Amino acid sequence: MKKLTSLLAGLLFLAASPTHADLKVFACEPEWAALARELGGDKVSAFSATTPRQDPHHIEARPSLIARLRQADLSVCTGADLEIGWMPALLRQAGNSKVQPGQAGYFEAASVVERLEIPTVLDRSLGDIHAGGNPHIHTDPRRIAVVADKLGERLAIVDPANAGYYDERRQAFAQRWRRAIEEWSKRAAPLKGLRAVAHHRDWIYLYDWLGIEDAGTLEAKPGIPPSAAHLAALKAALTREPARVVIRTPYQDPRPSEWIAREAALRAVVLPYTVGGTPGAKDLYTLFDETIRLLLEAPA
Amino acid sequence: MRQRIFRTSLAAVLAQTTIAVFAAEAARTVTSNNFNPAVSLILDGKFANLKEDPAAYALPGFALGAETGPGEKGFRLGESELVISANVDDKFYGSLTAAVTPESETEVEEAFFETLQLGGGATIKAGRFFSHVGYLNNVHAHAWDFVDQPLAYRALLGNQFGDDGAQLRWVAPTDLFLELGAEAFRGDAFPAGGAAKSGKGAKAAFVHIGGDVGTSHAWRAGISHLAADAVDRATGDEATPDLFNGKSKLSGVDFIWKWAPHGNSKERNAKFQAEYWTRDEDGAFDPQSAGAPVAVDGKQRGWYAQAIYQFMPRWRAGLRFDKLRADPVDAALAGTVLDNQGHDPKRTSLMVDWSNGEFSRLRVQVNRDDSRANVTDTQWYLQYIMSLGAHGAHSF
Repeated sequence: MKKLTSLLAGLLFLAASPTHADLKVFACEPEWAALARELGGDKVSAFSATTPRQDPHHIEARPSLIARLRQADLSVCTGADLEIGWMPALLRQAGNSKVQPGQAGYFEAASVVERLEIPTVLDRSLGDIHAGGNPHIHTDPRRIAVVADKLGERLAIVDPANAGYYDERRQAFAQRWRRAIEEWSKRAAPLKGLRAVAHHRDWIYLYDWLGIEDAGTLEAKPGIPPSAAHLAALKAALTREPARVVIRTPYQDPRPSEWIAREAALRAVVLPYTVGGTPGAKDLYTLFDETIRLLLEAPA
Repeated sequence: MRQRIFRTSLAAVLAQTTIAVFAAEAARTVTSNNFNPAVSLILDGKFANLKEDPAAYALPGFALGAETGPGEKGFRLGESELVISANVDDKFYGSLTAAVTPESETEVEEAFFETLQLGGGATIKAGRFFSHVGYLNNVHAHAWDFVDQPLAYRALLGNQFGDDGAQLRWVAPTDLFLELGAEAFRGDAFPAGGAAKSGKGAKAAFVHIGGDVGTSHAWRAGISHLAADAVDRATGDEATPDLFNGKSKLSGVDFIWKWAPHGNSKERNAKFQAEYWTRDEDGAFDPQSAGAPVAVDGKQRGWYAQAIYQFMPRWRAGLRFDKLRADPVDAALAGTVLDNQGHDPKRTSLMVDWSNGEFSRLRVQVNRDDSRANVTDTQWYLQYIMSLGAHGAHSF
């Protein structure tokens, strides 16, 4: 018994992280960790539960994530059922009352923005659809602006001692981001009307912003891997109405994209999708710089 | 100059308006249980081709609880599970798992609530639930990687130990996952029995640690202990059951390691898990309620190791080894179920399954079953598992 106690004490000592006065933010995806750092500066330490190489639909509520959520003061996730496969399980296992839904420490980005593709029919025969609409909102910087405004306010609520600091940063970010959006909109003007095929329906908010036309997806239905039959049908459709690019995220299987690129004479483009997705996408600003650059270079 | 100011302020106004357009009308948390619980129904069925007669199944050296055999030959409906869960309010979460058996009986597998707002890393769970000892004990049948439980679970825990009781668990505020838990139960379920000590007949404790290694590997390890009192624990024939009175103490270690390239498990992933259990049963065993109990004090041990590999999207293959060993018993118990017949039961299982998405699965499995001495059973299974309704949360 004594041995067990000293073993446990030793484990605790080894495993304990140095105490920070920082606000601990648990972000479900890298884009929200990046936004938390922009808005929180050196007063927050942000942890991202997923990396750009991971599909946020398919994450497990594993021990390391339970431990991190246990210590968090604020959790920032996309919501709209994107993380429904793992976040509820994490919330129930972490024993952290501050970050439960309904508490100030629980922030769902998708709930504060207008969403697209809210289904009128919910049926699994249509694939793995999200009842609250398409959750991939962060591909549109105008929606990120809305999220940033609300998240900045939330930081001040959760950490009132630094409210003034967060307010300043929120306003500074809003200004800088607004100018960046104008700059990107101008730079991306040639992309209006571009016909694009995507692996999954995770780019529709980008299409909405830049006026890109949706020429179909490689997945016949969301969440179901691309099938030979559907790819053949898509190839036929593209012969009638050609597209110019096929885009995918760094975590999606490259083979269906490469196949359709060869068969339908498209350029296959891997977009960063989130912060860190490509070496050039180091933060939210360079994320969109890179995205626009890669799309502009593709049809050439 | 004036034009530039005008253009800048117009742009600012437009930008503000643009931002406002994309703000949702009312901030609303989108959850799947706004007043409606998450309801899911899991359908399960099998087709079994068993060389030996399943009625003759036994694990020499072990008194087996109910439903711990290889199942029935031919087509057989499995248990249909209805799972209803939701946050009760901001402080509590509740869940029911009811199993509708093929014999048209409804069994309550789990019915419990958990706290959400205790804070400080603590959670209380109360009701009927599967104990969090071991790794597989807490995993529902529809999430198993094989058609059946390892022999160690069959023999030592009656497939899974679940009972009425309460649990307190605590997660340490450390980057290395560390969880401690203690449970107290009524003591009705195998290996306990008879709700001893006025309905406080079993207790358990566990420690779990876990973490990541890089972005591609994750692991969890645990140590568990379960102490159960048995009063007239009945096993075997229903008319003349074997009765055990005494104490049953189990200790186990469990380990699971999971791999996926860059932690992205969609295309390929693998897992390896193993558990080792020992059980010490000390008391009196009355074979076939003859009224002549014999003193027993012996250990039984069991372990399993299994590996699952998803080698392409939708397809997985699994391999499992099982081994059991029971101490020899008194000559007075020769010929009873506790007689190990000089044989250590073992089994090898191979399975392949195909999942269209996360909600449907078809499996084929073959067991080379050496449970009994001098009898090798070859067991083939086809199984379907279909899940309707709300998305079940993935547990590690």
